[in-house]
Amino acid sequence: MLGSGAMSNSFEDIEKAKTILVIGSNMTVAHPVVATFVHNAVQNGSKLVVIDPRATKLTEWADMHLRLKVGSDVALINSIMNVLIAEGLYDKQYVEQWADGFAELKETVLRYPPEDTEKITGVPAEQVVSLARLLAQSKPAMLMYTLGITEHTSGVHNVFSCANLQLLLGNIGVPGGGVNPLRGQNNVQGACDAGALPDSFPGYEKVDDPVARRKFQKAWNVSNLLGYEGLRLPAMLEGLKTKKVRAFYVFGEDPATTEPDMHHVHDCLSSAEFMVCNDIFPTKTTEFADVVFPSAAWSEDDGTFTNTERRVNRVRKVSPPPGVARPNWWIFRELAKRMGDTWASSCAKDIWDNEMAPQCSMLNGITYDRLEKESLQWPVPHALHPGTPHLFKDTAHLYRDVRFTQGRAHFKAIDWTPSAEIPDEQYPFVLSTGRRLYHYNCSSQTANAVGLNDLLSEEIVDISPEDAKRFGFGTDDMIQLTTRRGSITVRAKVTDEVPKGMVWMAFHFYKNNSNWLTNSAADPISDTAEYKSCAVRIDYPAV
Amino acid sequence: MRHVIFNNKKVEFTENQTLLDTASVAGINIPTLCQGDTCYCSSSCGLGIAENVDTGELISTCTTLATEGMNISTESTKVFEARREKLISIFSKGAHNCFTARLPEGKCAPGHLEARELEWHEQECPAKGTCTLQKLAGKHKVPVMDIPLKIETPVVDNRSPFIARDYSRCIKCGQCISVCQDIGQNAISRCSYNGTWHPTVDIEKCTHCGQCLEACPVGALFDKKAFGIAKKKVTKVQTTCPYCGTGCQLQLHVKDEKIIKVTADEDVAPNMGRLCVKGRFGYDFIYSENRLKTPLIKEDGKFREASWDEALDLVASKFIEVREEYGPDAIAGLSCARSITEDSYNMQKLFRATIGTNNIDHCART
Ligand code: SF4
Ligand code: SF4
Repeated sequence: MLGSGAMSNSFEDIEKAKTILVIGSNMTVAHPVVATFVHNAVQNGSKLVVIDPRATKLTEWADMHLRLKVGSDVALINSIMNVLIAEGLYDKQYVEQWADGFAELKETVLRYPPEDTEKITGVPAEQVVSLARLLAQSKPAMLMYTLGITEHTSGVHNVFSCANLQLLLGNIGVPGGGVNPLRGQNNVQGACDAGALPDSFPGYEKVDDPVARRKFQKAWNVSNLLGYEGLRLPAMLEGLKTKKVRAFYVFGEDPATTEPDMHHVHDCLSSAEFMVCNDIFPTKTTEFADVVFPSAAWSEDDGTFTNTERRVNRVRKVSPPPGVARPNWWIFRELAKRMGDTWASSCAKDIWDNEMAPQCSMLNGITYDRLEKESLQWPVPHALHPGTPHLFKDTAHLYRDVRFTQGRAHFKAIDWTPSAEIPDEQYPFVLSTGRRLYHYNCSSQTANAVGLNDLLSEEIVDISPEDAKRFGFGTDDMIQLTTRRGSITVRAKVTDEVPKGMVWMAFHFYKNNSNWLTNSAADPISDTAEYKSCAVRIDYPAV
Repeated sequence: MRHVIFNNKKVEFTENQTLLDTASVAGINIPTLCQGDTCYCSSSCGLGIAENVDTGELISTCTTLATEGMNISTESTKVFEARREKLISIFSKGAHNCFTARLPEGKCAPGHLEARELEWHEQECPAKGTCTLQKLAGKHKVPVMDIPLKIETPVVDNRSPFIARDYSRCIKCGQCISVCQDIGQNAISRCSYNGTWHPTVDIEKCTHCGQCLEACPVGALFDKKAFGIAKKKVTKVQTTCPYCGTGCQLQLHVKDEKIIKVTADEDVAPNMGRLCVKGRFGYDFIYSENRLKTPLIKEDGKFREASWDEALDLVASKFIEVREEYGPDAIAGLSCARSITEDSYNMQKLFRATIGTNNIDHCART
């Protein structure tokens, strides 16, 4: 498989794509500027296909909208591949030259003829057949996805399926093609690159690799680096209750609002023996802390962000932080000093130029000096390298962590599995969650920016006209939503954006946040929780 | 190759190219207010005129195609005078009191004092100094003080929390309409008002991205938050948007170490001049009164202020204590996907190298 969480291609590729395939991404809201590039591509003749349970704004631009049932992505993609193989429409030459595992893939997807999968996906068989034919004819296709793919118990399998489809079509390694996740947070890419992951050092070198350990022991002048993976967030939270974890440090995140199943999360956080936070605002999470450090915010410190195209950009300081707030890297450095380690780097530029970039092979050629003049897309292996807009372009130059294994790609045959919690008599609706345009995650930034609250100041639940009519309520009525984990009473918005049987919410405000309801069941490989699907009951009037 | 002559200079043109485009490729400037490759209402500003030297005729360069051997002047007295007339006519139809905002009564033509009374006119025009109309007026010696102003569209649209739309200054160039179509929002259309027209915004469709605001060549559309903040001593700093993973490049307009406005440059990747509502208007959260300003330590369930030394010492000693008693894996940390990469680097280094555990993760919601 292809191994990276970043886009294989670039935004500038959007206009080169003959077909744009958007799966589980409400980009008009989550990545608004990217959506404008997609609009332009459509204006210039590209085909747009949207696969989404909701009739999002983007579907107004689409040539085809496949309105699948929540959580049926693997089945749908398998059925598309079924047609491609059955009708001999896939790129045989490309597959022979570059990919292994075709026989297993074929065996699996042949069990997903569109007529049979219709029951799982709700997508008419004819639509699947015509999409497969379109994809075969109108190449290259650029596949873009967001959390609609990853926030499922089958999230990793969904991603594999996207990669399978693009390999089968020969759309990987070409401009205007690729598998392109649009990453949500501004610097989630940079946090991963820097090694804020329990299994890898900066630059994705694995902690269980003795060579990597020796390298970082030498770099950091220590001898005690552990060779086994650390805890992931859900296990950390759980560990607070079981006392496996005694001290918890939360930097800049608000898990008390943004993690699923808030009752459970609050229960965990309140059992923490000792908790520290760095933040720019008091949040629900800082309330649980024993010590809170005030941080410098965006534009109060110099540094870098890396976007979803692997593009490293400078962030510049223009304002002083308020009061005695200090940069986060300084806070960590001071703590290290008080625990006996003195670190040489005394600004973000030092950290990048002297530590991070020299230690990460994909960043070797990126320095602050170069970033003064240009932004660079990694891998940038040396100082004269111009950057890499397209990954997997030439197997001879593939970067270590994101290459095809041994120069070839592997199909991964995947079977469909249902969501962890499916509607039943007691909880007959599906609740799916996401974001709205005017706020950003827990809204600690946006709610403090003048004007954005005027546009949206509370949580709202979207519901289909058919369902609303059955209960007898309308837009602005307060309805009660209950899952196995919690209950909230929230304002309704009746809209045909959502299909019958589904309700949809965001998680921007503490009050009536959808995470009182969501399921923390997670993907067994990535531990990403199933925010996109759980079972819910509606009561109107509220009981 | 085929040629036309501009101001006695031979200039090449290609098939189906307008005179305006031909001139612009050759670096010859013909002033226009509505020009743009996405122009929606061709020739509506009426300024893109030139003289056909052979016939003495005035022609519109934005609608006339170049043909072999044409001999064109863009600088003749005739052109200058015609442009001046056109500018006078544009001025006379709106609340363009930028040159007279501080003159005493009786020193300017009728209409100028009334213009001062309008909403959003209590401060000088937000486009002063950058306004294309104002620059052209100066260049063509337009006697602004003496032009009676008849305000055709005294309509103000205040519905957006960020964008003021003051159509009393609108010159009806259509730039906002084309730019909104260009990004695919299609939120603006023409609307007629007392026989003339002005753009109107379908507020349900509008995403408040402010792209129209950047396109407006005069002071009709402007940023409410930046209104009345003098433009002098502003420096521009390029940075990266703090919101989504697109990584748009912003130009911060900074005055006295404070951001007063955000724009974007058309030639900078990845966003090529485009922004969304959060990137353009969401910058001022950093100036909120709610910010944390000092370290806090909880005592008896309540936070009290503390010095850095006290708070850092407390955390370091607590970590050492936990590590001694329960081992390094009893400490866990969650890093931030919004802060700079270097912060995450130092945090994981603190956990791996100093504390001695791989218990470091960041928010799983990617
Ligand atoms: S703010 Fe954006 S969407 Fe709204 S009218 Fe202007 S360009 Fe169009
Ligand atoms: S301006 Fe909008 S689209 Fe661009 S990075 Fe910021 S939030 Fe994302």
